[in-house]
Amino acid sequence: MIALIDYGAGNLTSVKKALTSLGAEFVVPDSPAQCAEAKALIVPGVGHFAATSALDPQWRDAIAGAVRAGTPLLGICVGMQWLYEGSEEAPEVPGLGLVEGRCRLLRGNAAERLKIPHVGWNALEVTRGTSRLLAGLSSGAHVYFTHSYAAPVTPDCVAATTHAEPFAAAVERDRVFGVQFHPEKSGETGLRILRNFLDLSSC
Amino acid sequence: MLTKRIIACMDVRDGQVVKGVQFQQLRHAGDPAALARRYNVEGIDEVVILDITATLESRRALAQTIRAVAHEIFLPLTVGGGIGSEDDAAAAVDAGADKVSLNTAALRSPELITTLARRYGSQAVIVAIDAKRRNGGFGVFVRSGTTDAARDAVEWARQAESRGAGEILLTSMDRDGTRAGFDCELTAAVADAVNIPVIASGGAGGLDHFADVFTRGHADAALAASIFHYADTGVAELKRFLHARGIPIRI
Repeated sequence: MIALIDYGAGNLTSVKKALTSLGAEFVVPDSPAQCAEAKALIVPGVGHFAATSALDPQWRDAIAGAVRAGTPLLGICVGMQWLYEGSEEAPEVPGLGLVEGRCRLLRGNAAERLKIPHVGWNALEVTRGTSRLLAGLSSGAHVYFTHSYAAPVTPDCVAATTHAEPFAAAVERDRVFGVQFHPEKSGETGLRILRNFLDLSSC
Repeated sequence: MLTKRIIACMDVRDGQVVKGVQFQQLRHAGDPAALARRYNVEGIDEVVILDITATLESRRALAQTIRAVAHEIFLPLTVGGGIGSEDDAAAAVDAGADKVSLNTAALRSPELITTLARRYGSQAVIVAIDAKRRNGGFGVFVRSGTTDAARDAVEWARQAESRGAGEILLTSMDRDGTRAGFDCELTAAVADAVNIPVIASGGAGGLDHFADVFTRGHADAALAASIFHYADTGVAELKRFLHARGIPIRI
């Protein structure tokens, strides 16, 4: 059973739909305590980084505790950004700090019409071939992004994407996984990534 | 590199896809879920459902249509047509829309853009502008193109961006359904004036038209309906053509 964390930002419909199509069972926990019972955790996300402040210290402890106990965690979009120390978008809101680094605003490039937000399909450049999350995918696979802030390319980054500058498209550190793009809206490539996460979680 | 998006639009009335010429003369084009399934196989980047009547009865049918289409595709799905309130937007999102497109309501109450951007994020809020050439500029029309809003399209696009819109869906009423090509001047005028993506719409008739609107029109995405519905131009064929022309495309 997967615990899909709802912190009230946007809707979980498309993530639920993708999990259902992959045959995965999930719950949306009402209380932090339920995180301990899950085989895997998914923190979806759209919108503003400040929305993650709805995950109060009880939720943070429960999620971090589950990860320490061996439960895989996947953060999607803002959910991935939340795995880092924080974001320029809401400096007063701390991230979970499971991955080093802070997210910041992409600069874009007006002269080259590289607009912000970065919206659309862009290519993954696989930076670590041993990624479990991206198993079976090759560099150049396209996925759907919609965001203005992003994490830096660090040693935990397993795929980078370039939009005027490179940023972390996917991150993997032990049992902590994150994707800046939306696998639930990235067609077959996205479903493959979710399938990989379910497989490595034995879900 | 960020690719240019090819978007299939389905104008939906009473649960069926229809298509007109210059906003008139509607004819049937099929079942939305079946079309979405075909587009997905062909490699479409995104799908838009526009409810073109938006009567009370068709609103209920719309939620079913959204659910049926969302069940078929794991791609971004936008819903527009008659969204006049936060509740209307919530109903579309709850049924499976990733983005909502506002038109008449955004002009009437621009604060709705801001309200929805705060609730769902700017990426979920598209402002649709139906524009028509007028006195050397581009006027804005509302109510399915029947009413002159007495606004300038470029100025309104800028204001929509400042209110929190995440994208602009720009339709040339002069070209809609004519297959005479996108209005590249209109598209470039708006695309150059805002920092958010602009989706060009209206007039797609051939492969060259898409290449034109991405190069001369500075569009970030191009939307078409009838040429995809009747399979005159396959999505895969279009994408191969654009790729061969050096335009960044997801193949």
